[in-house]
Amino acid sequence: MDTCIQKIREIAFQLLDKKEVEKVIGFSNGTIPMATSPITIASKQDTEKLVFNSTCGLNLANYIRQQKGKIAVIAKGCDSRNIVTHIIENQVKRDQVYIIGVPCNGMINKSKIKSLFEDEIQKFEEDGDSLIIESSSKKEKLKKNDYLRENCRLCQHRNPVIYDVLAGDLVKEQIIDVPYPDVEKIAALEADARWIHFQDLTKNCIRCYACRNACPLCYCPTCFVDESGPQWVGKGQDKTDINTFHFLRAFHCAGRCTDCGACAEACPMDINVRDFTRKLNKDTFDMFGWEAGLDLTKRPPLDAYSPDDPNDFIK
Amino acid sequence: MGNLLEHMGIERDRIHFSWISSAEATKFVDVVKEISNKVRALGPNKKLVKDYN
Repeated sequence: MDTCIQKIREIAFQLLDKKEVEKVIGFSNGTIPMATSPITIASKQDTEKLVFNSTCGLNLANYIRQQKGKIAVIAKGCDSRNIVTHIIENQVKRDQVYIIGVPCNGMINKSKIKSLFEDEIQKFEEDGDSLIIESSSKKEKLKKNDYLRENCRLCQHRNPVIYDVLAGDLVKEQIIDVPYPDVEKIAALEADARWIHFQDLTKNCIRCYACRNACPLCYCPTCFVDESGPQWVGKGQDKTDINTFHFLRAFHCAGRCTDCGACAEACPMDINVRDFTRKLNKDTFDMFGWEAGLDLTKRPPLDAYSPDDPNDFIK
Repeated sequence: MGNLLEHMGIERDRIHFSWISSAEATKFVDVVKEISNKVRALGPNKKLVKDYN
């Protein structure tokens, strides 16, 4: 994956040099190791700032809306699916974005790596399939595949579904026999145990809305949680309000979520908010055979009526 | 929506969806009777209820 950064920089340089695009949206190194952050580059001299490695877990499709002029964006498999969703939902026009596709081998679970160290991580390096991580007290060499994020481990769309240029060779797609083991595990519990599971899951939520802000699907001008007239949900730490927020946030993503993992990546309290959205992803797949963002020509299931729609829930 | 609520541990019988025309008085009565019977059987709901005390 580290070899493709040269290619990404080269493509970005060419695009800006020929003035084909006004900006390039990509990742740059953050202020601390493993904290790559999104960056917008408008000048060709700055293309050296672009990086791409296994810590680029956020979703850049989140930053392509409401841009003036043509923009280029670096897109992993999941990002590209969210770009498709944006185009379907008229948030951006296809000819306004130049997509630099990056076949992806998965992003790493930073909290899992941090938990191996008692002190702060000072250095992160990637060498093929291994990660070399250093703190002041020790140095660890880890196998990347052992530390993948859960959504990347179960990902079946690692290659971009839509792109103008590729920055690397296409990778082999994983074939996953049981794509939703986590959802099935929760579903096997009794109703009360499921309730306790979700209570435990959200008990540390501080309502910072980082999950919502990191999500490319959440682009309402005023989010329901911010509205005051009417006020749909309380703004404090009451557990019912927290549950309502998570439940509705997930529901707004039904049939649109690509399980890119940006929500869980952004959460400062390490809450796996994907437990909510994954259930809906599984349902839309089971009921409509739908996976979001794969086809520019198809309307999402909650957007279109078909006489074959399952309707056993209504009397 | 019903599926996700159920997945979160809210009993399925508390959630009902129906489409009733204003001309369908008997259907309305039947549906409400069915809902109240099912909910009564479950007893008071303690989940997703805000405690103001």
